[in-house]
Amino acid sequence: MPLDTSKTTTKPQVGLFVTCLVDLMRPSIGFAAVKLIEAAGCDVVVPPSQTCCGQPAYNSGDKATTSAIARATIAAFEGFDYVVAPSGSCAGMIKGHYPDLLKTDPEWSKRAVALASKTYELVSFLVDVRAISSVDAELKVRATYHDSCSGLRELKIKSQPRTLLASVKGLDLVEMEENEVCCGFGGTFSIKYPDISNAMVQKKADFASATKPDLLLAGDLGCLMNMAGKLKRQGSRIEVRHIAEVLAGDLSAPAIGEA
Amino acid sequence: MNSTAHNFKSNARVALGDQQLQSALGNLKGGLVANRTKARAALPEFEALRDVAKDIKNHTIANLDLYLEIYEQNARAAGAVVHFAETAADARDIILKICRDANAKIVTKGKSMVSEEIGLNAHLEAAGGIEVVETDLGEYLVQIRKETPSHIIAPAIHLTQGQVEADFRRLHTHLPKDRVLVEPAQLVNEARGILRQKFMTADVGITGANFLIAETGSSIIVTNEGNGDLTQSLAKTHVVITSIEKLVPTLEDLSTILRLLARSATGQECSTYMTLSTGGRRVNDHDGPPNYHVVILDNGRTDLIGTEFQDVLRCIRCGACMNHCPVYGAIGGHAYGWVYPGPIGSVLTPALIGVKEAGNLPNASTFCGKCADVCPMKIPLPDLMRHWREAEFDLGDLPRGYRTGLAGWAFFARRPRLYHLAAKVGIPLLSLFGRRGRFSSLPFAGGWTRYRDLPAPQGRTFQQLWAERQAGVTR
Ligand code: SF4
Repeated sequence: MPLDTSKTTTKPQVGLFVTCLVDLMRPSIGFAAVKLIEAAGCDVVVPPSQTCCGQPAYNSGDKATTSAIARATIAAFEGFDYVVAPSGSCAGMIKGHYPDLLKTDPEWSKRAVALASKTYELVSFLVDVRAISSVDAELKVRATYHDSCSGLRELKIKSQPRTLLASVKGLDLVEMEENEVCCGFGGTFSIKYPDISNAMVQKKADFASATKPDLLLAGDLGCLMNMAGKLKRQGSRIEVRHIAEVLAGDLSAPAIGEA
Repeated sequence: MNSTAHNFKSNARVALGDQQLQSALGNLKGGLVANRTKARAALPEFEALRDVAKDIKNHTIANLDLYLEIYEQNARAAGAVVHFAETAADARDIILKICRDANAKIVTKGKSMVSEEIGLNAHLEAAGGIEVVETDLGEYLVQIRKETPSHIIAPAIHLTQGQVEADFRRLHTHLPKDRVLVEPAQLVNEARGILRQKFMTADVGITGANFLIAETGSSIIVTNEGNGDLTQSLAKTHVVITSIEKLVPTLEDLSTILRLLARSATGQECSTYMTLSTGGRRVNDHDGPPNYHVVILDNGRTDLIGTEFQDVLRCIRCGACMNHCPVYGAIGGHAYGWVYPGPIGSVLTPALIGVKEAGNLPNASTFCGKCADVCPMKIPLPDLMRHWREAEFDLGDLPRGYRTGLAGWAFFARRPRLYHLAAKVGIPLLSLFGRRGRFSSLPFAGGWTRYRDLPAPQGRTFQQLWAERQAGVTR
């Protein structure tokens, strides 16, 4: 995707990797991300040639399809200063796994490494790259935060969301027990092993509920859909949302799984 | 040992419904997991040690032939009889012959997962008419219940104290009926009393080995109960059954890795007993077994060298990966269906008994990454599980429906224009049906909606809305 050079801007150009789940299921997260990235002094471009980071194929053992998707994603995004995704899982795929996947191809390997070095998950991009330490949002709620696995363990995202949540006026963050334990989503895992997945999300829902929050937040829509799906099935009143919606101060869309 | 790994899904379902098991698994978090966290925090160089240990093992595996030769030479020089067993059957036969030569009627055993792997007990009992007595408390419990270990360092972790008491009352009928068995110590003492007699009468003692040390030709066992020491020093013949990747070059290397082993396994700084054996009893020794055999099993391990699975040979069987695994924590070890459960089992089992039999294991992971995070030997367990999935995919082993779904998705994912067109049509339609903001049942997502609602799409895709917004801006 060629950059728009007509704009005489010195702002960093950010390619937004929307992620397939946000694109299809919950665009409001994408718009919240755009708002936050722009507020951090960047221009946002959304290449229309993106689809998915390729994890469904990668984690099913289909390397050929994954490599094809990886190459297309690299081609679509390598012209930007940064690539930002509102998901630790998809950002981790591009940052951690693309270089590995394409390592036997000298040309693509170089391009994969280059892209990886400028790809970030949204919240860590704001805090670590743009040095943002507070957001302009106000919300009188009690919230709890689930650390999604890829963000936490592949990208070391732990303090960044808490730093920004602490700056939301009126928001009270209460940590739940086992906030670093997997919620049981795991992409296709949740469909292939529903019984085990359910046992895991049941535990997560119990720990979240025990903190009696108004809001359950996380940085990955897959995990959020899993946790919201469980809580709503139980009839819970806890609203489940992506952290970007709260940081952008825009809760106009109904919470996940609600109308 | 026979495998039920192909029944993983139904094994797991049974495990999830087993209240005793679930209550036993509930103890993991406050026990082994909490202890490791504490031990790790108390050792500032823990992370650095992991790198050193990883290098030691990588170096050893890369030069395995060399170190095996050095080990063998030194072990023989010290008086050991060293046997190499290519297959499980070879190992069984070698050990049976040693027992026969020793005229063995009773064999005591220390804990050994390799002996489980080769199905040793059943073979000695059936083919040799030998009484085999497990002397590790957990192994003893599992043996009297005719079960198999459900964890590699805590074989009976699936049992509750109440179950143990009931078993003891059922089996130890020579003891007073009204004895008190409330405290764990009382249970341990009762088992100890029974096992003591066996130690004194055993003809052969069989143990595993946590490591073999090349420079000295020694084997080492690391235990907490002291049963291994009695097993290996009271009988006239000591047989070590271990596997080929347990080598380390030097005692110095050993001590480095031992610092990680106990902390990762139980959270101890070091295990209670660490006993090195170098040859059998020498002329001037006061005690020890006159005969000392070491049986080194390959069983497919050397085939992994040079493949993408080589890293798994660094494993020191500490059990940390399973202690921290949310899947293991939900279903326990038996559901995995063979000897090695948890993340290490999900990588090792397909290598040892085939990916056709054990294909579910590397698939039953969310790739949450906790196992690789805690593995003291830095084995990238999720990556290795993914390699098994690749092997399955290449073999065409995926269920047909799944394969078709994946192919359909891939078709669109590789064609952005079509993808967005299809999404533009499909997503609003889908969202129409999910009026309450979610679905409580969907024909193609039955596994999901059996337990959870599926949040519905908001209505239109981001790309669509974004395109409209951009058009609005430029218009
Ligand atoms: S894979 Fe790592 S964590 Fe698991 S048993 Fe082996 S050494 Fe321990």
